[in-house]
Amino acid sequence: MQKTLHQINERIRDGNARVVTAEEMPALVAELGEEGALAEVDVVTTGTFGAMCSSGGFFNFGHADPPIRMERVWLNDVEAYAGLAAVDAYIGATQQSTTREDQYGGAHVMEDLIAGKAVELRAISRGTDCYPRRTLTTELLLENLNQAIMCNPRNGYQRYNAASNSTDRVLHTYMGMLLPSCGNVSYSGSGLLNPISNDPRFRLIGSGVPCFIGGAEGMVIGEGTQASPGAGFGTLMVTGDMKEMNTEYIRAATMTGYGVTLYVGLGIPIPVLDLETVRSTAVRDEDIWVDIIDYGVPARDRPAIERVNYAMLKSGHLEIKGEEVRTSSLSSLRRARKVASELKEWIEGGKMAVCLPTRRIDPTKRAGPMRETVQGPRVLEIMDRRVITISEDEPIRDAARKLLKGETNHLPVINGNGVLVGIVTTYDISKAVVNPGKGTHVKDIMRRKVVTTTADEPVDIAVQKLEKHNISALPVVDREYRVVGMLTAMDLGKLFGGRWLK
Amino acid sequence: MKLLVTFSRKEGKKPIIAQVVRDTGVLVNVERALIDSSEGEALIDIPDESCRIVKDKLADLGASVRILEEEISLDESECVDCGACISICPQEVFSFDEESRLRMDAKRCVLCGRCIEICPHRALSRRIEG
Repeated sequence: MQKTLHQINERIRDGNARVVTAEEMPALVAELGEEGALAEVDVVTTGTFGAMCSSGGFFNFGHADPPIRMERVWLNDVEAYAGLAAVDAYIGATQQSTTREDQYGGAHVMEDLIAGKAVELRAISRGTDCYPRRTLTTELLLENLNQAIMCNPRNGYQRYNAASNSTDRVLHTYMGMLLPSCGNVSYSGSGLLNPISNDPRFRLIGSGVPCFIGGAEGMVIGEGTQASPGAGFGTLMVTGDMKEMNTEYIRAATMTGYGVTLYVGLGIPIPVLDLETVRSTAVRDEDIWVDIIDYGVPARDRPAIERVNYAMLKSGHLEIKGEEVRTSSLSSLRRARKVASELKEWIEGGKMAVCLPTRRIDPTKRAGPMRETVQGPRVLEIMDRRVITISEDEPIRDAARKLLKGETNHLPVINGNGVLVGIVTTYDISKAVVNPGKGTHVKDIMRRKVVTTTADEPVDIAVQKLEKHNISALPVVDREYRVVGMLTAMDLGKLFGGRWLK
Repeated sequence: MKLLVTFSRKEGKKPIIAQVVRDTGVLVNVERALIDSSEGEALIDIPDESCRIVKDKLADLGASVRILEEEISLDESECVDCGACISICPQEVFSFDEESRLRMDAKRCVLCGRCIEICPHRALSRRIEG
């Protein structure tokens, strides 16, 4: 049996369509069987509500008198991109205010406008014959704008890898606060309610398909940026009219230590045309798997700690290496459900019809990493190769001598096998002289917890270590943890005036 | 009942809380403590009926004691029920109910402030109890 889109739309128009949410579908298919579900269900609605950094909106302000060609534009001190004709601008959700930093950004401007609040527009220009005006300040409400069109380059991620942190310090990331020693797991996404997870082959989601966006009737433009559906990480570019949105489904947020983002409510109705649609919309949380990624590793390809599904993530607890760990979501399941059920009401009430994509999204496409033609500096290139070390069994006095002779402030301590076991600084030795109770040998006063770097580590990462730990030198170690060099704050000076400064 | 105890350490390192426990026999639960070389602050939890005796004893030992009247407060108009606070709370104050709505058991809270700092929607704050 097969149904046509025409039949489904007729039933929607007559108010007879049977619509269920993606959360209700698996049980229905289990009860009625696939054929039965196909006969019964016309449309499955999906929903997600989470942080979608890659969001923003186009505004047209109308012409001022005398007219201005806006070159730079700020809305409540948040800069918008104005390189688009005279009175158009695009505001990005993550752009931060010049005055309030991460407490206010593009996301807040959009939320404030949708909430009906006035926003201050400031613009500057060099002035031309046709656009003589040079500065402009005015207060605007959403209703004063000709257009306010949300246009989000990358929304509705099919699924998102969860996050944890194996290091010994707290990390603040766009995945929220990650406690040390894998003390928690943070995840995002609505699992079985996610739009693309209900149509992973993009048979029914594509260009021109209607959607719920921020409470408004919107449209899928097509493939989202960085989409990688071939790897299970599809994304969508979507649009909708801000004037029809409401703040129930559009919320600005700040991820502490990361910055501003926008929570967007997004849902797509999926017409149930054939058995393949029945099967894809019967997806369960147990079927959607992601990795838990270790954000403690500061590289693009971070290692996976564990592979889990959304049922495990949503349960609130997981086991990592035999230890129970609590999970936190960043997206809201409750509001994702609200999106799916409001969309269901729309379709049952005949407010929204369904259609097929006017242009298909390639389900096999995979996103690639950046091609980098210029490598940033590595520790190897600026580290000090003169390594002065001391053994842990030597007297403190010898350490003091070595520090004086080597004109350095940091002395890595090694054991009999040449392996790094600690570090002493001039400060530690001064302290030992003033307060001699602790012992007379290096091992009695050395710090055993040493922050290190490696020769091939990017200098930016090493600098972050210096800053985070408030220290001024890092021993450079090889794989066997033997000291091959030192990187001190002084070595960083080599970056200036050398070939790295262009 | 929660008491916020502050004490000076200038006259030496007196084991104030240990002494209170020994002299009063009340079992004190230290929920949060910040102690440096000159002063200390501890948040302790004690049975309500022992409040008087513990407070007096602490005062005798030179500490100043304040009954903690602040508590964590959730602004439901800002909260979107994301749950970012759930796994980072050391006291397991937050949880989801069956409808994935955020629930808060403020009595467990020791006011460490971590959730206030990280709430993406700035929905959590301290407020005076009552």
